[in-house]
Amino acid sequence: METDIVIKTEKLTKRFGDFIATNQITFDVQAGEIFGFLGANGAGKTTAMKMLCGLSTPTSGNATIAGFDIYRETEQIKKNIGYMSQKFSLYEDLTVLENINFFGGIYGLSKKRLSEKSESLIETLNMKELRKKLVGSLPLGWKQKLAFSVSILHEPKIVFLDEPTGGVDPVTRRQFWDLLYAAADRGITIFVTTHYMDEAEYCNRITMMVDGEIKALDTPKKLMQQYSSDSMDEVFYELARGAKRKAD
Amino acid sequence: MRTLMFLLQKEFRQIFRNAMILRMIIAMPIIQLLIMPMAADFEIKNITISIVDHDRSSYSQKLVNKIIASGYFRLNDYSSSFHESFGEFQNDNSDLILEIPLNFEKDLVRENSSDLFIAVNAINGTKASVGSSYLGRIISDYNSDIRLQRSEPQQMTASHLIEITTLNWFNPFLNYPFFMVPGILVVLVTMVGAFMCALNIVKEKEVGTIEQINVTPIKKYIFILGKLIPFWLIGIFIFSIGLFIIARFVYGIIPMGSVIVLYSFLGIYLIALLGIGLIISTYSNTQQQAMSLAFFCMMIFLLMSGLFTPIESMPEWAKVIAKCNPVTYFIEVMRMVVLKGSGFSDLIWQFLIICGMAVFFNTWAIVNYKKTS
Repeated sequence: METDIVIKTEKLTKRFGDFIATNQITFDVQAGEIFGFLGANGAGKTTAMKMLCGLSTPTSGNATIAGFDIYRETEQIKKNIGYMSQKFSLYEDLTVLENINFFGGIYGLSKKRLSEKSESLIETLNMKELRKKLVGSLPLGWKQKLAFSVSILHEPKIVFLDEPTGGVDPVTRRQFWDLLYAAADRGITIFVTTHYMDEAEYCNRITMMVDGEIKALDTPKKLMQQYSSDSMDEVFYELARGAKRKAD
Repeated sequence: MRTLMFLLQKEFRQIFRNAMILRMIIAMPIIQLLIMPMAADFEIKNITISIVDHDRSSYSQKLVNKIIASGYFRLNDYSSSFHESFGEFQNDNSDLILEIPLNFEKDLVRENSSDLFIAVNAINGTKASVGSSYLGRIISDYNSDIRLQRSEPQQMTASHLIEITTLNWFNPFLNYPFFMVPGILVVLVTMVGAFMCALNIVKEKEVGTIEQINVTPIKKYIFILGKLIPFWLIGIFIFSIGLFIIARFVYGIIPMGSVIVLYSFLGIYLIALLGIGLIISTYSNTQQQAMSLAFFCMMIFLLMSGLFTPIESMPEWAKVIAKCNPVTYFIEVMRMVVLKGSGFSDLIWQFLIICGMAVFFNTWAIVNYKKTS
């Protein structure tokens, strides 16, 4: 079914002067999928993601997000996506509750929905005691879990996560992925970039980007078979070894 | 509208939580208004003088007394060798040398004339010219005193003396703070507009929260309004502290003209200034860049605004810069309303210009503010 495809790109390209950050990438993402976007530093993952979120205008190529055109309907797209950037992006000088209210508010959630949502969110994250604490004082793992929950507060169709678990301890990372699975179960498509190869194995499908191009796209299992290796680590090395660009 | 409320609520929470900004809002107007008008005073006092008196007569003594008694001069040394005094002069210990020649008294009495010599240290041009003209006035005063003493009554009537009486309008006691305080208030408001607003937005860029805002469906102009309104209010607040508390109770300045006119102008002026702050923020990615840029603008704004030096005496090219400077107009309006009591009808031109600037700067800022790259 056509409607099941929520992200569709066709030869999407971004150039910065002579430098081609992403080169003609083409892929589809199905609704409800956890789609992993892998690659070394500087492979073009963040650039690709920024184009899909409407933060950056592509140089050429086409893409539709939730059925909306990436050039003409950016405002429509923004209503239907959530985004969690590489940098931590909640307000550190606001409390947990204030952040939830603020982001819920600017997405236009009604007062009633907002209070229900923040109630259940705080419940799920087990942050009852921390609700009045400034976000800046929370440990990184907590912040990331909160940031993710806030980014899907308005029940978007797709959520984009740019290296959400960088610098987070393994236990918290596990909890973070539990949140992702819960969101995916509710039908939210998850588009996630990561460096951690164990996380890659949690994804339904993954793409490997090398030097701005997609070098592989399949389920983790099939990729491992294809490259006849036991782990995603090896697949990654196999593919990334060919990279000409230096990591930044 | 609701989105704007959420933005404003967030902005005010952040401002009131930031102790540094709060302190700046309260302390800056008070301290600046207390210190600056006292120091930024163009009345030249304490000019140091070396007097070389070769005559040592009662007449020369009288002249010296008169000079010292004027209150503008501080006697550095009193010698009978020009060489010695010139040493003091070279060491920067004195600003002026007055040389009284030998036979000063004798010449005055016998020949009705004598010469005096003044040497001026002109490193500080203002001090030099003001100092020598003060001294000139004292000497001519002294001169007429002597004529009065020495001439016969009937001769007196024959000599033509023009005496000038000056009546000072609008600031009758030539009170310097009256002139400076309104100007400094403008500076304060300008700082808030250009600096605080620019830094606030750039901080969001630096931390990365602006990216989070950019992926939301918030409209560009709503986001910008959410940033402008809080600083607009802060600007008005600071201005009010300055005008109604410090200017009134410390300097006794009560605006002659309408406060409504002042606040109307302030409102538009702040919009223009915040526009400049926004422009700065769209061109810089870090707070450091924004600071440097804002500082650069502020220096030009302040020095080219007629705050310290009259615009009329600037060269033509500088006048053009001053005319493009929003600060110029606000200082003009402040002085006109506060000191002269000018009303709206006298200020239509300034109002038109500042409205134009507000539209121009904000359009520029909105066009240049991009949600996407």
